Amino acid sequence: MAIGARRLVVGAHYGLRDWLMQRATALVLTLYLIALAIQIVSARPLDYNAWVSLFVPLGMKAATLIAFVALAYHAWVGMRNVWMDYVRPVGIRMLLQLGTILWLAACLVWAVQILWRV
Amino acid sequence: MSARQVIRNLSFGDLVRYRLPVPGVVSILHRVSGALMFLLLPLTLWLFDLSLRSELSYQQLRQVASGWFAKLVLSALAWALLHHLVAGLRHLALDLDLGVDRIAARRSAWMVFVVSVPLAVWAALIIFRVM
Repeated sequence: MAIGARRLVVGAHYGLRDWLMQRATALVLTLYLIALAIQIVSARPLDYNAWVSLFVPLGMKAATLIAFVALAYHAWVGMRNVWMDYVRPVGIRMLLQLGTILWLAACLVWAVQILWRV
Repeated sequence: MSARQVIRNLSFGDLVRYRLPVPGVVSILHRVSGALMFLLLPLTLWLFDLSLRSELSYQQLRQVASGWFAKLVLSALAWALLHHLVAGLRHLALDLDLGVDRIAARRSAWMVFVVSVPLAVWAALIIFRVM
């Protein structure tokens, strides 16, 4: 698929890649939430043991981690858009963007720890 | 000489008087809900951690979630997720050129509220253990 005369969907950096990834990650998150909801409903009554055993299989760990990675990417694009729209000074904007990346990366590491302690 | 039309950006004071159409309301709430979930992500992770770490921490979670303020925050998070999800699906449809004309866009914007608000109310009722 070509956008305009020379730009390709698989090409480099037109902002299009992030736009597309925001949609792709949104779909991943939607599918994960649906799958999780089905698991929760079928595990009722949901006490501690039933809840923990949902996250014991490696498949569920992997799916949850992929959802967290998708969430981090999705939130990065969204927050970057917010900073770009409302924060004009370049220095402050870069600081906020950098902070967003570090914040999300830290959350991702934490998510890994939470999941693999189960 | 005719008066030239001055084009300027909205100033902060204009926000109160500006009549935002429904799709605009859906759009700004999409942003607000997304930002809210981003800011409360550590809280969500902390609650997730408590829910999984041990039987004891699970009980701790129930304790934490029993206060009215915690229930309010959780309800806000539930609303944010539901609004963001439903409005996001509308965005995906718009990306596929579905319902881009003004009337259809306005109708689908109303549909977002028709779907997300009752779901959010339902979630809040469950959180407050009314249901």
